Amino acid sequence: MYFPGPSFERSETPSIIAAAMWTFFHKLGSPPWLYTISGQILRWLLPAALLALVVGMCWGLLFTAPDFRQGNSYRIIYIHVPAAVVALGGYYIMAIAGAISLIWKMKMADIAMLAAAPVGAALTFIALVTGSIWGKPTWGTWWVWDARITSMLILLFLYLGVMALYEAYDNKVAASRACAVLALVGTVNIPIIYKSVDWWYSLHQPASIKFTGGSTIDPSMLYPLLLCIVAFYALFACALMANMRVTILDRERRTGWVRRLVEES
Amino acid sequence: MAGEGFYRAMLRRQLALSLRRPVQLFNALLFFALVIVLFPLGLGPSPETLGEFAPGILWIVALLANMLGVETLFRSDFEDGSVDQLLLAPQPLYFSVMPYLLTQWLLAGVLLALVSPLFGLMLGLPVGAMGALAASLLLGSGVMSVLGAIGAALTVGLRRGGMLIALLVTPFYMPVLIFGSGAVQAAVTGVDSSPYLALLAAMLCLAVALGPLAIAAALRISVDS
Repeated sequence: MYFPGPSFERSETPSIIAAAMWTFFHKLGSPPWLYTISGQILRWLLPAALLALVVGMCWGLLFTAPDFRQGNSYRIIYIHVPAAVVALGGYYIMAIAGAISLIWKMKMADIAMLAAAPVGAALTFIALVTGSIWGKPTWGTWWVWDARITSMLILLFLYLGVMALYEAYDNKVAASRACAVLALVGTVNIPIIYKSVDWWYSLHQPASIKFTGGSTIDPSMLYPLLLCIVAFYALFACALMANMRVTILDRERRTGWVRRLVEES
Repeated sequence: MAGEGFYRAMLRRQLALSLRRPVQLFNALLFFALVIVLFPLGLGPSPETLGEFAPGILWIVALLANMLGVETLFRSDFEDGSVDQLLLAPQPLYFSVMPYLLTQWLLAGVLLALVSPLFGLMLGLPVGAMGALAASLLLGSGVMSVLGAIGAALTVGLRRGGMLIALLVTPFYMPVLIFGSGAVQAAVTGVDSSPYLALLAAMLCLAVALGPLAIAAALRISVDS
């Protein structure tokens, strides 16, 4: 039997992978390619995300036992927690896209960054509203100046700041670069803000999902929650791509491929 | 070192420009004093109430004064083309913005920190907390000057920057406010305030190390647009 030597594998495989990655990277910079591929991805990702959401919601809302202390009111967790998790993750997605657009001057990355801001802001808002609704039966008040609520409110202001800065510039190329700088400054600051607000005051129940060590949430409640988080991430990706497609069409409206697309439809 | 003269000249220029109109320095202090007067008028003159809120009031007013002062940091140099010259100069922009930050901190932050015990006295802050107030303002205003300068550099090319800079930098000022007023509060209640001051000092180090990167990038974007 013949086994290819390790040196053969080491010399060949990485160069093929690197070449494929570079091709992929260059394709990412091409608006028509991105438009087509995102259309194909959306065609299956959107139904999959909606299916996961429906299954996760039904599972969580109908088939789990009520909490022994909070009764049925805890079930809002299946909207609140996924929205909050994805809102925070969305800021990092926005900042990473901003960094890519600053470093490699990639047009598609700054479209992604700008598409992420309103979606993230909307999710932050949903997390705040559902948190407030959850707070009424649990704490007896609509609004508590607690560490996590305050942090989410600050996150909303960070998102709105990026959007306001983009609107203020007339030169949209400079606008997206300025937004990328602001998003990166925010990325350095978010852990500091979170930690400081955490020290400032804490009334919220301590984090109940831990991937290391014992979790204080029952597995029967945890699995639908994890499914809902996955569904929210998938929906975030769908909204991001749908947003990007509109911006691509708008920016490329004078090019041949968009004209052809319009004629075909 | 050839660059040393450059930075010394820059610093001298910045200080001379600011000190040429001493009234402007007093304007910041006057603003501070005026807003302090608003609080007894709004909250009532009882020394207990004022004394209880004094750490927060003093810090919030200092934050607002800093935000208003930092807004014009690059404006005139941006308009007369001096910033373009800095971009073309062989010295890295990362270091060339330091004289701006240092001047802003000396003439707004340090000055305010030095006179702040006077305003603390007016609000009924215990004498024992004056040291913590001045020290926390000294460190915190440095952090706020750097963070504010990022906002100023991002909005310097815009006509309607005033409201926008407040929206951009206020979230970043919040940790400074938390630890700054925390230090004063700790001193009022008789707890050791040095952990808060140490955290402020750590934030100052981080801001001075990383802030100029963002300021330089933002100034380049503003000049390009």
